[in-house]
Amino acid sequence: MRITSPHAHGPMSTPRVMLNVLLATVPGIVVMTHFFGFGTLVNILWGGLVAVACEALALKLRGRPLGFYLKDYSALVTATLLCIALPPYSPWWLIAVGIASAILLAKHLYGGLGYNPFNPAMAGYVILLISFPVQMTAWAPPRGVGELPGLLEALQACFTPAAFDGVTMATPLDVMKQNNSLLVKDLWQQNPQFGRWAGVGWEWANLAFLAGGAWLLYKRIFTWHAPVAMLAALTLMAALFNDGGSSASGGSPLFHLLSGATMFGAFFIVTDPVTSAVSVRGRLVYGAMIGALVYIIRVRGNYPDAVAFAVLIMNFAAPFIDYYTQPRTYGHQRSGGGE
Amino acid sequence: MADVSYRELSFNGLWKNNPAIVQLLGLCPLLAVTGSVVNAIGLGVATIMVLVCSNTSVSLIRNIVSDAVRLPAFVMIIAAAVTCIELLMQAFAYEMYQILGIFLPLITTNCVILGRADGFAAKHGLGPSIYDGFIMGVGFTAILVLLGGLRELSGTGALFANMDLLFGPGAANWEMVVIADYQPFLLAILPPGAFIFTGLIIAVKNLIDDRIKKRQDALKEKPVKGSKRVRVTGTIS
Repeated sequence: MRITSPHAHGPMSTPRVMLNVLLATVPGIVVMTHFFGFGTLVNILWGGLVAVACEALALKLRGRPLGFYLKDYSALVTATLLCIALPPYSPWWLIAVGIASAILLAKHLYGGLGYNPFNPAMAGYVILLISFPVQMTAWAPPRGVGELPGLLEALQACFTPAAFDGVTMATPLDVMKQNNSLLVKDLWQQNPQFGRWAGVGWEWANLAFLAGGAWLLYKRIFTWHAPVAMLAALTLMAALFNDGGSSASGGSPLFHLLSGATMFGAFFIVTDPVTSAVSVRGRLVYGAMIGALVYIIRVRGNYPDAVAFAVLIMNFAAPFIDYYTQPRTYGHQRSGGGE
Repeated sequence: MADVSYRELSFNGLWKNNPAIVQLLGLCPLLAVTGSVVNAIGLGVATIMVLVCSNTSVSLIRNIVSDAVRLPAFVMIIAAAVTCIELLMQAFAYEMYQILGIFLPLITTNCVILGRADGFAAKHGLGPSIYDGFIMGVGFTAILVLLGGLRELSGTGALFANMDLLFGPGAANWEMVVIADYQPFLLAILPPGAFIFTGLIIAVKNLIDDRIKKRQDALKEKPVKGSKRVRVTGTIS
């Protein structure tokens, strides 16, 4: 159903959109908790608390009404997205630094919700990744491969990290990148963290985020352009450079689609209405560039996953993309662009 | 040329017209070498010396050099002064010289120095010029050291590491570990940290200025005693 101008209709308010996004992350979080233990849940609980505190502090310093802005759930969404991206069993200070950077530096220093040029969750993630590479690249082994810590141990890992002795393991993306001697087939057999299509746990987490994203699409929270363009570009890049599984292979398209933060990024990060391009053609370009960058940085870069870097780079470019993809105004000729 | 008060010069150099956080000059070395206090002091002292030398020389030759060729002449003087300081540092603080690297010769192109030479020393007598160079350098150094301290503290959890590079072997144990078991926060030491902390320092400075201005305005607008009638319509022009 398409609604055209003279009909009044109830618009989606910011809190409703944010609540929908929060709900859509639930399947992904459930799957991650099933495969990696309670680490992600503890991350989100602690991160949410810090986020609300930071948001309240920033609003108070800026002299804005506290209740109105706290009730739009945007801080909670930022915290949830960042905490899903963080490794499970992260120490409390890592989460606190990340959330504070995201809310205070990336959001409120630029003027608050709607004015931030960079996705706050991804900015916080990148700040953590370049500051604490050791903690940020340690991921827990999935169920069936390693022992899963219980809830109590997960709390201990967060709040008394010195006393927690967790096992960590390279993610499938990391193993694939570091590999330079084994055929992909042998890599699959020798490393227990590879599953049916991609990594154990990762493939199902990605599918769960895909389901959550599809539900948001059905609820018309965002349009299909940016996520589909991103996934298509990533598939295309992986297919173009897929050499059938030699030791130099970057991984098959299916491996890339179901690894790391692909689906999470495509439906929860790339679709951020504030920091992405706004026109229809702009969104296609924006998403496709992110997809291509994700593949390039994953295979050629120094860090195991690339969604955060790719999104930040394209956040930079979003206004530029909008400038060149302005739709024709009704009743006017198409201009050369940006006039 | 009217006489200048030394008090006003000091206030300008240290606060109101601070080269680093108000004029925003010399940002390249400011952002690049302030990873630790010792680097900041090293570059700050070198800048003070160059500023004093160049302001002195420029003030002395200000009536001889014609306007048309004054900038090349100033740059030659500054370059000569920088070379002297560089050689001195090479002789007396070699490790520091190596750490500062390219940023030492680059003092030549620091806009603070040319700015003070052309904007102040070329129009004022010897005494004020020397003092202006000195106090501008001190203002610049103060910000360098503050920034270096903030970044070193948040980056490594300690302060005053490696001070022996500048103050001799006796200073080797000046390092203070403020927070034990601190996880190095690389962002503060990397270039983005310099930008973020410089921004925060400027924000705090503006905040203080705003507070002072508000207080002064509040004092000015005191109602005249004894007046009982209050005008409620229109504006008083």
